[in-house]
Amino acid sequence: MSNADIYHEMIIDYSRNPINYGKIEDHDVTFHDSNPLCGDSIDIDMKIDDNKVSDIKFHGKGCAICMACSSVLTEIAKGKNIDEVRNISKTDVLGELGLENLQAVRIKCALLSLKVLKSALYSYLGKHLDDSQDVDKLKEEAANLY
Amino acid sequence: MQSAQASFENIRKDFPILERTVRENKTLVYLDNASTTQKPNQVIDAINDYYRNHNANIHRAVYALAEEATELYEKSRDKVANFINVKNRVEVIFVRGTTEAINLVAYAWGRDNLKEDDIIVTTEYEHHSNIVPWQLLTREKGAKLEYIGMNDNGELNLDDLDKYLATGKVKLVTFSLVSNVLGTISDAETIISKCKAAGVLTLVDGAQAVPHMKVDVEKLGCDFFAFSGHKMLGPTGIGILWVRKSILETMNPFHGGGDMIREVHKYETTWNDLPYKFEAGTPNIADVVGLGAAIDYLSNIGMDVIRQHEIDLTSYALDKLSQVKGLRIYGTKDISKRGGVISFNFADVHPHDVAQIIDEEGIAIRSGHHCAQVLMERLNVAATSRASFYIYNTKEEIDALINSLNKVARIFKL
Repeated sequence: MSNADIYHEMIIDYSRNPINYGKIEDHDVTFHDSNPLCGDSIDIDMKIDDNKVSDIKFHGKGCAICMACSSVLTEIAKGKNIDEVRNISKTDVLGELGLENLQAVRIKCALLSLKVLKSALYSYLGKHLDDSQDVDKLKEEAANLY
Repeated sequence: MQSAQASFENIRKDFPILERTVRENKTLVYLDNASTTQKPNQVIDAINDYYRNHNANIHRAVYALAEEATELYEKSRDKVANFINVKNRVEVIFVRGTTEAINLVAYAWGRDNLKEDDIIVTTEYEHHSNIVPWQLLTREKGAKLEYIGMNDNGELNLDDLDKYLATGKVKLVTFSLVSNVLGTISDAETIISKCKAAGVLTLVDGAQAVPHMKVDVEKLGCDFFAFSGHKMLGPTGIGILWVRKSILETMNPFHGGGDMIREVHKYETTWNDLPYKFEAGTPNIADVVGLGAAIDYLSNIGMDVIRQHEIDLTSYALDKLSQVKGLRIYGTKDISKRGGVISFNFADVHPHDVAQIIDEEGIAIRSGHHCAQVLMERLNVAATSRASFYIYNTKEEIDALINSLNKVARIFKL
């Protein structure tokens, strides 16, 4: 695929009108990360009830790829239980937007929000679970995203 | 003027990379010269010739090759000294680049001369390489780092400098001669004369200036001056630190090791003469030779001619870009205060997306924070797109940039 083909209708729409954009004031967990390469910066807030992501919002600055992927990711995660969210993979996000062949330099734009989501999850689990092995595994997952 | 035009066309022929195509058979339009420049055959050949015919370690062995290598290396030092009008060649130190030059000053001068509550002054438009070393140093010493602010035109507020100088605690003022994002040419004359009057030392980051205009260190009157080879047609991994001799003589070494010593005993060492005291280990000989070739190349064209070429290109680009609807240009429009660097944002399209779409047309510009996050914060943007010019760029290439921006507008429905 030509690199410019990634700028299809859905990406442009999501970048202009992101979904789940904003903050959750009474969140149970929030996490921030940025991409030092381009300055993209994403925060994710989550509300967790009964082991489920009952609400999720993101805010920050990013390119069209980053904003579209954040929209899609938060939509995937919403309503899922924690184990399901843990298992969200990069192909789930990239596949949804037809970005499976995204060039290496842009992968970090696409997956920043997934990294933030996983980091948010382990920081939540770290506070609420005693199973440190599990938390370590999650940290490793987050670190190996790219 | 006709002949100047013709000679610039010939210049392109010296740069083999400009002949290649990128992506889907698109002619390369290279507009990221503030980041690094392309290399002419003359520089590539000089490095090649060094390794093929003269390679040996310098300053030690007595055989023929070592003598040749030493001569080539030291001849480049003379070329550098001559190029920036340094009278005493021992004040020219070869380092890896501007970043290492500034770190050398922070370490070897700063650690012995800064104490608690002292102040180092930098500016809001510095590259990270002229901010982070000072953060490290001031943190270690319990000293303070202060910033000369910038107005909306991208020019420094020198009232801030007066305010800090009045405290009597400033030990060093450090600033770039040309901003790598805005292209602003700093009013070095005023800054340095104010500092001199206050007895404060000055460091000038010349990375974006030396490749593009005549720089006379003697006339500038600063105390430390740093720049990089790869932004002026030379190879990567070589840069220059110039330090006024009276200060250099008081400084302790940066790195310890071979070549920087006079005598080494079990528990004590005496230092080699200047500049070798600051060039520990086997230096980057081949790239020093390459830098010498780059200086010859630039000198042959003439720095005033180069500056004029960039003024022509930048004026043309500013004019064309300002006609693009929704495009915002940062920094001054006064060409006499601006180098060949233009940062912009295009409506609500993120610079990464702009850069990627126009890359499909073979156009290479930079997008991001340009290692100047303090400035991005000041401008209240996450990133900018940046086009920067050099001797081989043409007005046709600027037209190609403008055309490619139309494609961005089409895709993003601007």
